[in-house]
Amino acid sequence: MIALTYLLAGALFIIGLRGLGSPRTARRGNQIAAVGMAVAIGVTVVWVTDQPLSALWWVVIVGGLIGSAIGAVLALKVQMTAMPELVAAFNGFGGGASALVAFAEIVAVGTVVAADVKYATQTEVTVALSIAIGVVTFSGSFVAFGKLKGIVTGRPVALPGGPYFNLVLAIVSTASAVWAVAFNEPLGYWILAVVAFVLGITGVMPIGGADMPVVISLLNSLSGVAASMAGFVIGNQGLIIAGALVGAAGFILTVQMSEAMNRSLANVLFAGFGTEGAGPIDAGDKPVNSATPEDVAISLAYAQKVIVVPGYGLAVAQAQHAVRELAVALEEREVTVEYAIHPVAGRMPGHMNVLLAEADVPYDVLLDLDQSNPRFPHTDVVLIVGANDVVNPSARDDATSPIYGMPILEVDLAATTVVIKRSLSPGFAGIDNPLFYLPSTMMLFSDAKSALENIHEALLDL
Amino acid sequence: MSPDFIQGIVVFVLAAFVGFEVISKVPPTLHTPLMSGANAISGITIVGAIIAAAFGEGAVAIVLGLLAMAFAMINVVGGFLVTDRMLEMFKKKPVVKK
Repeated sequence: MIALTYLLAGALFIIGLRGLGSPRTARRGNQIAAVGMAVAIGVTVVWVTDQPLSALWWVVIVGGLIGSAIGAVLALKVQMTAMPELVAAFNGFGGGASALVAFAEIVAVGTVVAADVKYATQTEVTVALSIAIGVVTFSGSFVAFGKLKGIVTGRPVALPGGPYFNLVLAIVSTASAVWAVAFNEPLGYWILAVVAFVLGITGVMPIGGADMPVVISLLNSLSGVAASMAGFVIGNQGLIIAGALVGAAGFILTVQMSEAMNRSLANVLFAGFGTEGAGPIDAGDKPVNSATPEDVAISLAYAQKVIVVPGYGLAVAQAQHAVRELAVALEEREVTVEYAIHPVAGRMPGHMNVLLAEADVPYDVLLDLDQSNPRFPHTDVVLIVGANDVVNPSARDDATSPIYGMPILEVDLAATTVVIKRSLSPGFAGIDNPLFYLPSTMMLFSDAKSALENIHEALLDL
Repeated sequence: MSPDFIQGIVVFVLAAFVGFEVISKVPPTLHTPLMSGANAISGITIVGAIIAAAFGEGAVAIVLGLLAMAFAMINVVGGFLVTDRMLEMFKKKPVVKK
């Protein structure tokens, strides 16, 4: 009966995830998944009550209340621009929890609960896997959190020995896991945890800020796999199902994000993109069309079709409301405004969509890569706010460019391109952007938010 | 290998395939809510945390149980709430405007 109830919870998770596949049903889907979680928690509490052993309810309740309070405050207070950090942190807590569950299981050997679980080698293997994956997810997520928050440098940090450094750590952790499992040596698990903790840190440090969409997706996947392994440890199929679902979901996103950058996952994880300088940029002499907000306002006002391309700079400047207000003013002048969103714009998959949704931009004017590119040739003005590498024509034209082959938004095909950017400095990839020097490009050097507000003001004066 | 363990692997593999099937069609607009929603589901490890916390013996086990409970609940409560908050904002274009 208990097992069947966990199956019910698993089914609710699947229905919930299905719901998350369409904007109309997404909110309901999330709620269904939450009900599944409530079911799983409820049946576990019932099971614990049924055990002959008296349970330490205060530990459950105190821990649960602390966690709920922290989770609720974080979820309700977070600004939408800080969503990637929050998801990274939640991933970390999930992975950490799975590792702790496995640890508690080793510590509890000899108590009644552990005694009715037959301790077989395969269980110990899953304990080791649960600890290793959970701890790597935990420390890796918090490094990612630090990078997103700006506490840790967003630049890739080169390790001594490069990727071999982490290879050695991986070998050491495997060895300590084998020691723990084969020789029944609990100390091995603790060593494993320490090494995995370091591996999580050194694994994410060499990865640059712009690759974060891949990393967060991967950590998301790992937090699911860790939960699944914890399910093997405690012999619970509810955990196995839910963990596998999340593992699959995160993995699909990881692959999609890597594809959107035309790089393999291995390249993202180990190449330290941007650490070996992409060559000096001789931007100095080339002429650019520097524009004023008034110039931009005029070209926008007399356009018929405008496409906005948002990037990470929009999030940094918290400019999502400013862009929406400008769009509304344009729509009042019968200008069509749409948004073209590159899959890796921002710091996590779908980051820009959430920000624009917050500013009340309806989701049906948000275009993805395949929808956007055919439209640029018929677009009068493309307004680029804080995006750089994803609109770099080198990726299409210059076979020697490090980003050659990456799918881009072909904004240079539009009649006029307006780039709002603080300076000419190259993007994360450290690559010069020929778009900036095109005759059809207007550069507006400013912070994204004040630029949009100034354009808006100028527009009202026309 | 015990039958239970083999059954566990069967369940794991099948669930992973279901996950691939269900999620591969999600539009990019929903990627962030999908991720945070999936993340909340990975908080299922709360089940293990409850058991660990309820039957911890000795100081170390109790600390582990407390931490596991707190971590898992942050993930569950925070994950579902923040996903709901995000999805509440996703609106379709009002028909009147067209």
